[in-house]
Amino acid sequence: MARIIVITSGKGGVGKTTTSAALAMGLAQRGSRTAVVDFDVGLRNLDLIMGCERRVVYDFINVINGEASLNQALIRDRRCDDLFVLPASQTRDKEALTKEGVGKVLDDLSQTFDYVVCDSPAGIEHGATMAMYYADDAVVVTNPEVSSVRDSDRMLGILASKSRRAETGNEPIREYLLLTRYSPERVANGEMLGLEDVQEILSLDLLGVIPESMSVLNASNAGIPVILDSESDAGQAYGDMVARYLGEELPHRFLEVRKKGLFSRFFKE
Amino acid sequence: MRLLDIFASSRPKGSSAIAKERLQILVAHDRTERGRPSYLPTLQRELLEVIRKYADVDMNAVSVSYEQEDSREILELNIILPETARR
Repeated sequence: MARIIVITSGKGGVGKTTTSAALAMGLAQRGSRTAVVDFDVGLRNLDLIMGCERRVVYDFINVINGEASLNQALIRDRRCDDLFVLPASQTRDKEALTKEGVGKVLDDLSQTFDYVVCDSPAGIEHGATMAMYYADDAVVVTNPEVSSVRDSDRMLGILASKSRRAETGNEPIREYLLLTRYSPERVANGEMLGLEDVQEILSLDLLGVIPESMSVLNASNAGIPVILDSESDAGQAYGDMVARYLGEELPHRFLEVRKKGLFSRFFKE
Repeated sequence: MRLLDIFASSRPKGSSAIAKERLQILVAHDRTERGRPSYLPTLQRELLEVIRKYADVDMNAVSVSYEQEDSREILELNIILPETARR
């Protein structure tokens, strides 16, 4: 049986797809068979972030409708043999994601995979509720910014009341916080909510803090999950996130303002 | 430029404190809303229909409030009857 992980947030543009790609790649690199599923029907982006957009033949909806088998639709990652992408449909309407259809596909994936990562669309509408319904774990991606924190809190309410685990009275979904686009400089200047501020409001298990970084845009430009850029701060922070998800205890990095050395003071990096 | 920076840093702290305060109020409000059973509006309407059989009260005469404390849930009904309740 696979562990089903939903990457969710409520608000758009906070880094759900970047995080889905990074978590899936990280788990697969550690030898777990992992599938990453795009639930954003109509606005699919996961294939772009994963760099497999030109290899999409069949999609999630084709599988639900029985027009293609799961094996036909799954795209094996060229960099990691244990990673597969199930792309979303570009054209069809969101209602095609039926509860039964999604349940069947996730059930089939569970037979052969260790982890299924569900990349949720923004909002709290149908696509987002379908992405979280069957989840065992939820990573709530949040920016240190008022609307994102509020939406995350609302999403926590939905996870606690509208998921399968909630409806069947099972053990609740394990919820984790991932704080993204964090800028220690702006926090130090009092311009941005700090980690402690966000935690005081949401009080979740902290899976990681991803610093605001050029490397995220560079990675998406190139279609390479940023976790593969192990030189970069964001890549390393995502690496830590995966390790923590798997139970390792690591100190949180990139929370302090980097002190400028004498050299960079003179030459203004 | 450096001199200006020194003046800038003596200004009051940035806006994050306001953000936190607003969020705390908002989230607390959202959470109380969330805890309420979804049948409350229907309950209020149906109660009013029953009461109207006996007394001439309007929509605002019935208030339904719901509170949660630790292990107790309190459903409070407040009905204001008009002075000439008996017809």
